[in-house]
Amino acid sequence: MKTQPKARTHLGIKTFLFGVLVSCATPYAVAETPAKQDLQPVSAFADIKNEVTRSQSIFVEMGKVIQHPRCVNCHPKGDSPLQGMLMQPHQPPVMRGPGGTGMPGMQCKTCHLSENVDVVAQAADIKSIPGDPAWHLAPTSMAWEGKSLSDICAQIKDKKRNGGKTLQELKHHMSKDTLVGWGWEPGEGRIPAPGSQEAFGQLYVAWVASGAHCPK
Amino acid sequence: MTSSSSVNTSRRRFLGGSCLVVGFTLTPKGLAQAYDASNNASKSAAKTLNAFVIVAPDDTVTVLSKHIEFGQGPYTGLATLVAEEMDADWAQIRVDSAPADNELYANTMFGAQLTGGSTTMANSYTQMREAGATARTMLLAAAAIEWSVPASELTVEKGRIRHAKSGKESGFGAFAADAAKLTPPEKVTLKNSSDFVLIGENRPKVDTKVKTNGEAKFTLDLQLDNMLIATVLHPSHYGATVSSLDAKAALAIPGVVDVKAVPSGVAVYAENTYAALKGRQALNVKWNESAAETRSSEQIIDSYRAMIGKKGITATERGDISKAFSNDTSTTHEAEFVFPFLAHAPMEPLDAVLMRQRDGSIDCYAGSQFPTGDKQAISEVCQIDAGKVRIHTQLAGGSFGRRAQFNSPFMREASEVFKASGMSRPVKLFWTREDDIRGGFYRPIYVHQLKGAINADGTIDGWDQVVVGQSIRGKTDEVDETSVEGASDLPYVIENMRMVSHNTTNGVPPLWWRSVGHTHTAFTVEVFLDELLEKSGKDPIEGRLALLKNNPRESAVLRRVAQMASSAGKPAKGRVHGVAVHKSFSSYVAQIAEVSVQADGTPKVHKVWVAVDCGVAVNPNIIKAQMEGGVGYGLGAILYDEITLGEGGYIKQSNFHDYRSLRIGEMPEVIVEIIESNESPTGVGEPGVPPIGPAVANAWRRLTGKPVRRLPLVRSQLS
Amino acid sequence: MIKFQLNGKQTEFNGDPSTPLLWVIRDEKKLTGTKYGCGIAQCGACTVHLNGSTLRSCVTPISEVSGKEVTTIEGLLSSKVSAEATAVQRAWVAIDVPQCGYCQSGQVMSAVALLKANSNPTDQDIDNAMAGNICRCATYQRIRQGIHDAAGTLTASASSNVKGETA
Repeated sequence: MKTQPKARTHLGIKTFLFGVLVSCATPYAVAETPAKQDLQPVSAFADIKNEVTRSQSIFVEMGKVIQHPRCVNCHPKGDSPLQGMLMQPHQPPVMRGPGGTGMPGMQCKTCHLSENVDVVAQAADIKSIPGDPAWHLAPTSMAWEGKSLSDICAQIKDKKRNGGKTLQELKHHMSKDTLVGWGWEPGEGRIPAPGSQEAFGQLYVAWVASGAHCPK
Repeated sequence: MTSSSSVNTSRRRFLGGSCLVVGFTLTPKGLAQAYDASNNASKSAAKTLNAFVIVAPDDTVTVLSKHIEFGQGPYTGLATLVAEEMDADWAQIRVDSAPADNELYANTMFGAQLTGGSTTMANSYTQMREAGATARTMLLAAAAIEWSVPASELTVEKGRIRHAKSGKESGFGAFAADAAKLTPPEKVTLKNSSDFVLIGENRPKVDTKVKTNGEAKFTLDLQLDNMLIATVLHPSHYGATVSSLDAKAALAIPGVVDVKAVPSGVAVYAENTYAALKGRQALNVKWNESAAETRSSEQIIDSYRAMIGKKGITATERGDISKAFSNDTSTTHEAEFVFPFLAHAPMEPLDAVLMRQRDGSIDCYAGSQFPTGDKQAISEVCQIDAGKVRIHTQLAGGSFGRRAQFNSPFMREASEVFKASGMSRPVKLFWTREDDIRGGFYRPIYVHQLKGAINADGTIDGWDQVVVGQSIRGKTDEVDETSVEGASDLPYVIENMRMVSHNTTNGVPPLWWRSVGHTHTAFTVEVFLDELLEKSGKDPIEGRLALLKNNPRESAVLRRVAQMASSAGKPAKGRVHGVAVHKSFSSYVAQIAEVSVQADGTPKVHKVWVAVDCGVAVNPNIIKAQMEGGVGYGLGAILYDEITLGEGGYIKQSNFHDYRSLRIGEMPEVIVEIIESNESPTGVGEPGVPPIGPAVANAWRRLTGKPVRRLPLVRSQLS
Repeated sequence: MIKFQLNGKQTEFNGDPSTPLLWVIRDEKKLTGTKYGCGIAQCGACTVHLNGSTLRSCVTPISEVSGKEVTTIEGLLSSKVSAEATAVQRAWVAIDVPQCGYCQSGQVMSAVALLKANSNPTDQDIDNAMAGNICRCATYQRIRQGIHDAAGTLTASASSNVKGETA
C-alpha cells in the first residue's frame, strides 16, 4: 500500500531500452480487467510522407508496448521489480542482485520458472505465476520507469545504455527474444502487451528503416 | 499396515533439555508399527500419578499440558512448574497434550478447558506446581516404604531420590508403580521462590529442535491410511449459501471422489490435495446472497459514525463530565479513530482430521484451542455421544485468537464435511489461505470518538469516549467488556471521565484477535492522551507518570522503558521516539518506538524498547520471545493490514499478497527488559501487542505533524 | 512418468505432471517438513532447494523438476554434508528461534541457501534473502541473529580447518 503516484500516472512517459519486455508480476490485488489494446501495423503509417514524422509516429506506436506495465515492471528505476497493471512494488519484496536475477536465497527463479504456471484454486486475482527461462530484471542503465517516450527512444539508440548493441543487433531482441515475447503471453489473469511480438518486431524494423527518429 | 493401528494416539513426547523428540503424534507410514510397538510397551508401564504427571519406569516424567502449544510456550512453561516442584532433572521431562476433559483440565479462570486470554501461566501456576509437589510426595512415600526409612529423611535433586544415612539412591521410575497406588496427599507445601532451581531460568522451548528440522507434526501433516483430503468452496460474500451446484466437471477430475453441499459451502473429497484443489476450482456453484452482509466497509463505518451521540450503554462514569466540557477556560480536543476488520492469518490455516473407529467412536486431530467445545460440536453434528469423541490436540501453526471459538464453528464445518462423506474413511479438511483470509471471524471494525478537556492550569480534567462496534461476546443491551477493556478502566487520574459503548450487529462474525479489545482501546487511549499531553505542553513520559500516581506497576514499566531508551543515547537525526504504556491480561507493558520516514514516505520502525511486568518470570526467554513477537505481529497489522468489504459486501483480500504480513526487513530491533517481581505470573502472549500501535503512531505524529486517525497507518497516512 | 532426485535418492512420480512439487513431496513422498502456507509463493513456508537454490514448491509443477535434484528440510539435515545446515539448526536451537514453528522449515531452507552463497552476510543481505519467508509469530529478530551466529560458527570452523591443514 505504498504510494507511488509517478508510476501510476505516467504510463505515457516511460522508457524503453534494450531489453526485456517483462513484468515480473505476481499481480497485486487489483484484477486486470481493461481490454487488450491493439497495435497498428506498419502499413498504417505508410501515408505519412515525411520520413522523420513517420519514424517518430511508428515509435509512438511502439510506445504502447514499451510503456505497457508488462514491460516497465521489469525495467524499474530502483532495485526492485514492479507488479501488476498498477505497477506496485513487487510482493514479496525482492532485490535485483547481480545480473538482475535476484539475491542468494531470494532469486527470480525461486518463484519464476521456465514458463507460466497456472495457480489452482487460490487467490481469484492470481491465476498464474509468470515464467521464462531467462526471467530477470533489466539493468538499471535500461530503466524505463518514470521516463518519457522520447527519453526511452534516445536510451534505446545509445549503445552505452542498450547493452552495446547496434540497432540491427537489437532486431532479434525485439522480435524474437522469448522473455520479450512473454509480454504478449503473460499467463492467465494478466493483460498482454498490445498487438503481437511479430507486429512489434515489424514496427521496430520499419522504425529503424525510417531513420530511427525519436519523438519529441 | 493396518488402517487404524497406524494412528497413534495423542502421545507426543519431547525430551526436555536436549530437545530430542522420541515420538510423534502420528508417524509416517512405514515407521508406525515399530513406533507403536516400542511406545506401547513403555506407555503401559508408565504410571499416572495425577491428571498432569506420568512417570515411566525409565525415569521419564511426562507432563500433560491442558493448554495448546502454538508457540507461546505452555509445553515448556507448564513442564517447568511441575519439574521445579518434583525436583526433576529437566532432561527427564517430556510433554504431551492432555485430552479434552472439563473436569480435569478446565482453565481455572474460565471453568472450561480452553487456552486464551493469556491465562495459561496465571491459571496453571499453582495447579501445576501442586501437581508436581503431589507427585514428588507420592514418590517419596513409596520410596520410604520400600527402603523402610522415614520420608522426611529423603531428599531429591535432579530427579534422584536419596537417603543420606543409608546411602540409598534411585530415580523416580522405580517407585512409579507403588506411588500410583497411594492416596494423593490432601495438602502439599510448595517451594519458596528463593529455592527455585528451574523457574526463572532462560530455557529453550522443549519443541524447538523438532520445529527446526521438519519433524514437528502439525494437523496438516497427519496422514492416515485411506484418508480423504477435503476442501470446501466458500462464497466470496460472507454468509451466502449454495443455491445451485453443478459438480460434473469436478467429479470428472482423476482423484476426486465425491462432492457434497455442506452448510458452509461445497465440499470436495479427493485422494490427494491437488485433486481436491482442482476439483474445487472446477465446481460450478451459484450462491444465494440474501443472508450475506452486503454493506461495504465504508458503509459500515458510516453507520457506526451515525450512532455516536445517540444513547449508548455507559461503561464507566466518574466526576461530572458535562461540567468538565462546559468550562469556558478549558480547551477541548476531539478525535475520531477508525479501525478495520483484521484477519488473524496464522501460518497454518485451519484444519482437522476426523476418523471413525470400528466401535463408532470418533477421533479428532486438530489444533484445538477449545477442545471440549470441539468435542461437543463433533458430537452434535455427527450425532454420537460426546463420550465417544476423543480430541487429540496437535501442535498448531499459530492462532492469535483464530482457533479460540465458542460453539466451534470450524469444527462444526469439519464435522459436517466428515458426516457428509459417510464417515467411512478418515477425512482431513484443510483450508487454503483464501479460506482463512476470507473466513470471517475478524477483529471487528470499531469507531471511537474521544473528547478531552484541558483546564486553565494545563490539567487534563475531562475524558469522554464513545466506542461503536460489534460485540464479540454477542451482547446487545449491556456492555461487552471486550469492546471497552483498556479504556473504561483508564489508569490515568482524570477527574471527569466517561465511556459509552454501542453494540452493533454485522453479517460477518467477530472474534478476538491477539489482545482483543486492547487492539483498539490501547491505541485510542495512548494516542489521544499523547496529543493532550502535547497540547498541554507536557513531556510524554513525565506527563503520563504524573497521571499514573495510583498505579505503581504501570509507572514502573514506564520508568524502566524510558531509562532503556535514554541509555541508548539520543536518536539519530530524522528519528523520533514515541511511547505507550498499557496493562492487559494483568500484565503491564511499556514500549518506546524509534521511527523515521523512509524515502517512499512510509514509516520505518528501527527499534522498540519494551519493559514488561508479568509477575514471576517463569522463563525469561519465552517472555522476551512473546514481547518480540507481539511487537512484530502488532506492527504488521497497524502499518498494513485491513480486511475490506467492497461494494456489495464482497471480501476484497484473499491471501498474503493483499493482506500483508510484516516481513523481516520491516522488523525492528526489539530490546526487552523484565521487571523483577514476586507477584503471581500473568500473561505474556497478548500484552506485547497493544502498545506498539500507539507508540509508533505517537512517534509518527511527532515526526510528521500528522496525527493517525485511521488504521492501517500506511494507507491512511499516504493515500 | 517424472523422475527426479529427492534428498539424494532417485524417485519418480506418475500422476498429473502439473501437480505442484509441494503436494508430491507431502502427499506422495510423505515428507511433511515442507509446509503449505499460501499456495502462491508469497510466504515461503514451502521452500525447498532445487540444485542447491531456493524454490517455492507450491508453484512448481512436478514436470519442472524432471531430472533435477530436490532437497527438502529432511534431506538437508540428514545429509550431514551441509555445514551450513548444521550451523543453522544449531543456532536456531541455541537462541530458541521458533515459536509456533510452522514457517521454520522454510526459514531454515532460505537461511542455508544464503549462507552457502554468502558466508558472512550483513543485516541487509539477510533481509534480502529472507524477504520471501513470512513468520506470523514475527521471530524475525532471532532469525537474523541465528543467521549471524551460524555464519560465525562457519567462519570459526573454516579458519580452524585452515589452521589444521597448515599445521
